[in-house]
Amino acid sequence: MADVPKPEELAKIDHSLSPWQGWMNAPTEIREGIACYGVAPKNTRIVDFPNPREWSPFDEDWKLPENWKEIVLDGLRERIDRFRSLKIFMDICVRCGACADKCHFFIGSGDPKNMPVLRAELLRSVYRKEFTTAGKIMGMFAGARELTYDVLKEWWSYFFQCTECRRCSVFCPYGIDTAEITIIARELLNLLGLNIDWIGAPVANCYRTGNHLGIQPHAYKDMIDFFVDEIEEVTGVKVEPSFNRKGAEILFITPSGDVFADPGTYTCMGYLILFHYLQSLGLDITWSTYASEGGNFGYFTSHEMAKRLNAKMYAEAKRLGVKWILGGECGHMWRVINQYMDTFNGPADFLEEPVSPITGTKFENAKSTRMVHITEFTADLIKHGKLKLDPSRNDNLVVTFHDSCNPARGMGLIEEPRYIIRNVCNHFFEMPENTIREQTFCCGSGSGLNAGEDMELRMRGGLARANAVKYVHERHGVNMLACVCAIDRAVFPDLMQYWVPEVGVTGVHELVGNALILDGEKERTTDLRNEPLPGVEIEEEE
Amino acid sequence: MKLEKILKQKAPAVVKTWIRMTLDTYPADARRFLNEQKDPFANPVGQALSQEMKNIYLELLEGLNPETVSSFLDYMVKIRAVQDFSPSQAVAFIFFLKKAIREELKKEIQKNRLQDECMDFESRIDALALLAFDIYVTHKKKLYEIRANQAKNQVSKLLERAGLICEIPPWNPDFKDANGQE
Repeated sequence: MADVPKPEELAKIDHSLSPWQGWMNAPTEIREGIACYGVAPKNTRIVDFPNPREWSPFDEDWKLPENWKEIVLDGLRERIDRFRSLKIFMDICVRCGACADKCHFFIGSGDPKNMPVLRAELLRSVYRKEFTTAGKIMGMFAGARELTYDVLKEWWSYFFQCTECRRCSVFCPYGIDTAEITIIARELLNLLGLNIDWIGAPVANCYRTGNHLGIQPHAYKDMIDFFVDEIEEVTGVKVEPSFNRKGAEILFITPSGDVFADPGTYTCMGYLILFHYLQSLGLDITWSTYASEGGNFGYFTSHEMAKRLNAKMYAEAKRLGVKWILGGECGHMWRVINQYMDTFNGPADFLEEPVSPITGTKFENAKSTRMVHITEFTADLIKHGKLKLDPSRNDNLVVTFHDSCNPARGMGLIEEPRYIIRNVCNHFFEMPENTIREQTFCCGSGSGLNAGEDMELRMRGGLARANAVKYVHERHGVNMLACVCAIDRAVFPDLMQYWVPEVGVTGVHELVGNALILDGEKERTTDLRNEPLPGVEIEEEE
Repeated sequence: MKLEKILKQKAPAVVKTWIRMTLDTYPADARRFLNEQKDPFANPVGQALSQEMKNIYLELLEGLNPETVSSFLDYMVKIRAVQDFSPSQAVAFIFFLKKAIREELKKEIQKNRLQDECMDFESRIDALALLAFDIYVTHKKKLYEIRANQAKNQVSKLLERAGLICEIPPWNPDFKDANGQE
């Protein structure tokens, strides 16, 4: 944590960071490589979001309704009345600058509008103008300004250059959560149909079909069946997952990225192997082809949409009559569950307080949401000596761990993944202290920014993280970056390819799947990626 | 060469000016942070910049081994390739070195009549700029490659996994089936 500034320090506002000079009038350029494509009308319409139309952020005209300004200001008024936190965050910032240099986008770009304080000031200045007496009377002298078309474009540009990672809030002496400011700003933009398609499409697909890619239930099952074959090839053991099984004790929900995108798929195989191993110890678990998405991109559009998508998981749990939900390695899904579920769709009183059927451990932290993170579950199994593990199977890997922003800062899940890694791998090295745990640097592509067209933004946003990986790679020979988030698994391969190409990316349960010794397994010669295990020579085909 | 001796003696001052000029390419509000935050993990850009520019300068004095100097240039140019710079702006910092030398060593150059030596040394800086341009293009190409691969992988892997396409297996000339066919 940064030192809390003393009152005399707070009084000395550094005017070189002053929002009053310059930035208000600096025009915003919507640049290729930085901006994402605008949301397509079909994806807006299907979820009843406003203003569906073909539009491009690179065009002059964004095709807004005539009364757009009224819509935004009414929206802001409504939210200020509704969320006391927002009102406080608008009023109490003293611009001490503690957050200024903590944002990975600022660090990577040097663009002052990426300082969290200034990014928030983009919204705050309009708030002052419309909702405070000082701002109404003194205008720019009170840090207030009109909401104009240019200001709106500036909002769009910079609130989609924030990954809602909350690193800045760790350093704020007042506890202002800048991510919540971004969340509200995006809600306001969404009122005008100004979202990005990389968010709009997953939301629409998730709402209609059940997951971000729009994969239908039979294809979802086919994919898992494919993993079953792969696992049999590697281990000689046929695992038998069940789908949509009523009366199962536990429902398992993971982000669809684990099912459809490498290297998440290997993590998915890890889950399957673990569940098979635990079957004889009393695990009664089912997958769902309908609640086939743990991720919640609705959270990047509006609270209401996040609620609608979150409800689906609990509806499925109710339909199947399970006792509780086990959740896979995911990022923002856990922020939604941990911080919003109770007021979105809770209490989930039709479920029971989660208890591990194998160890009897009560997950009291999940008492009200009734959803347990799989690393909590697995760490507990290891702690109770329930897993037979051969960490030497991961001996070709020198691993470091990236704390995914939402599990780390959004729910305090810090030790469990490390505990697992230390038990399934022999070579583990931490990145520097100010880049991990609650101070972890974002992957640079969270909150829906993991598109392809904004690759330059992603690369510079991820620089601070990659720079720390580069350090442990050079110092300790780290060649594998482990994480517990599907977005991380999707974006890190790109980030590593650019900054540290020698380092691969894995989920924690892929490592578990490799190390876990199954009853009746054949002698393993390859890992889950079909690459030879350390010390095993590739045999010539006869 | 007299000039090289002076350049070596004055290295700290010249490098400092060169770094300052390069930092000036960033917005005013970011400069102080880039310059003053010494933790390389809190400030990867500023620290890479000051470390590598120092290395580049010392290497220039030794001659110009493209391999060594490229390794110093690489990280810096890679960073600038994803920042808000046009291609020319991204590598322009190389030419600032000429200006830094002229500013810092003006008196010495005039006093010792080192103009000719100075021009020779500046040719080295020009060669460095060309190297930087090559590195810049390599990284930009890499970015587009990553982008293209991302799109390609998304679609082809799904089709393959879903069993919708049947890949032709890799050809192994030594492998024969039961009928002795290749």
